[in-house]
Amino acid sequence: MNDLASSSNQETFVINLGPQHPATHGVLRVKLTMDGEYIVRAEPVLGYIHRMHEKMGENRTWAQFMPNTGRMDYLGALSYNHGYVQVVERAAGIEVPERAEYLRVITVELNRIASHLLWYGAFVLDLGGFTPLLYAFDDREQILDLLESVTGSRLTFCYFRFGGLYNDVDDAFVSGTRAFIKRLRKRLPDYHNLVTKNIIMIKRLKDVGPISAERCRLYGATGPVLRGSGVNYDVRKNEPYSVYPEFDFDIPHYPEGDSMARYMVRMDEIEQSLRIIEQGLDKLPEGPIMAEKAPKIIKPPAGDYYGAVEAARGTFSIRAVSDGTNTPYRLKLRSPTFSNLSLYEEASRGMLLADALALMGSLDLVIPEIDR
Amino acid sequence: MLCSEIKESFQALAPLALEETDYRAKGFHLNVAVTPDQVVAAAEIMEQRGYTLEAVTGVDWLSSAAPNPVKKAAPAEGEEAPAEEPTGPVEEQMEVVYDYTQTGQELCRVVVRCRIARDNPELPTVSGVFPGANWHERETHDFFGIRFSGHPDLSPLLLPEDADYHPLLKDFQA
Repeated sequence: MNDLASSSNQETFVINLGPQHPATHGVLRVKLTMDGEYIVRAEPVLGYIHRMHEKMGENRTWAQFMPNTGRMDYLGALSYNHGYVQVVERAAGIEVPERAEYLRVITVELNRIASHLLWYGAFVLDLGGFTPLLYAFDDREQILDLLESVTGSRLTFCYFRFGGLYNDVDDAFVSGTRAFIKRLRKRLPDYHNLVTKNIIMIKRLKDVGPISAERCRLYGATGPVLRGSGVNYDVRKNEPYSVYPEFDFDIPHYPEGDSMARYMVRMDEIEQSLRIIEQGLDKLPEGPIMAEKAPKIIKPPAGDYYGAVEAARGTFSIRAVSDGTNTPYRLKLRSPTFSNLSLYEEASRGMLLADALALMGSLDLVIPEIDR
Repeated sequence: MLCSEIKESFQALAPLALEETDYRAKGFHLNVAVTPDQVVAAAEIMEQRGYTLEAVTGVDWLSSAAPNPVKKAAPAEGEEAPAEEPTGPVEEQMEVVYDYTQTGQELCRVVVRCRIARDNPELPTVSGVFPGANWHERETHDFFGIRFSGHPDLSPLLLPEDADYHPLLKDFQA
């Protein structure tokens, strides 16, 4: 800090970042108390897109709540579909055919790549690079076309059903997905040459916004944020669900804890998801996509049930309380970025504003998922 | 293995209920029911064990006594402590649920529950132990009106800043 700033009686001023600022990717507001270019306090103000999904859950049947799950994390909607069907299937004791589980994993991983690609484009855009966004959207478009052909939608998916799937895949999907895997594997080196090895990028991200594994634990941060702090934790491995144990894949984690580490985790995860999809297509079993005995009306026995999945941004879990009727008594939706953002105030203290925006971008925020 | 160790650490606390549950059926391993003055001690046990707090939430049990025989028979979790702590029948209670897990290699999900009286919903905050509880408790206060004593800031987080209603209460009228 120069002499001018220190001689002005440490005067601070408040600026509002958002709720309509492009760097917040949605309607998030951050109340910044600034000392010159340095952040004294950054307080996120939430709720601009709060829709009370949890109350909606108490006013419709278990099946009718399904479309809501696609409208929280709109970039990784299939993971949320998966988390919800999983906990209801656990509660109602429904067995899912193997083919359906394989297709769930394949589509969820495609969705994860699409989510990471959009994050990649938008994140580099935040840092001032425009071109990568066009590359990322070009590739993401291929995934959306593939998913549209089986699920019927491109963004707010509602593809899974209790006991299976809404639609089976055809040969065109399988060959199209194989072609996409080939295509993206060819493109990923371009991504790295264009951005990862770029000196401006490295200077903007290296050692910026370090978060320790201990702070992640105390704040309940999960997903790439936690793995970027060196913790090898992924629900798909540590609390295996669906048919993930059948797959051979690694959990990328980097010990540095800075924004670059979080960037690298997501880039590596794209490669691992490609591996999972490839194995899934190779091993895809024949058979039904819907459990024969799946009841038309779901009435789970009274009690409470918990289920967690690894969404694109971390652990998404649901606590469902049933009173034995066809309507949920209580649905708690635990979204990962809510906890990941809660450490922002502490992590951004004393940072330059421009660096704090790089830190925010590296958290990969999706506001409708925080506000629910 | 880990679960039985954790069960042992909780025994010293003398909770209202302490039982292992079937993970495949329920999605968690250990169910603990505590009194309001034990929630901070429970959080400290979890913190020392290297756990993380995944979520805090509430349940309003008002409608559980509706004239539906199925509902009436519902054996809610932790019901082994009937009408002693806090006093009163189920429909006059609210529940605060803490979901703990840890990011090490062994899996043992712990659920800590605390029942409080519906007409005076108050219990101590655990945000001093887990700073991440700050927002979860604020959200629970938004939705249920449950007061967490000692919490640094219970102003509305997701609801509008002038909200004086709690939408997840079962008797909430829009």
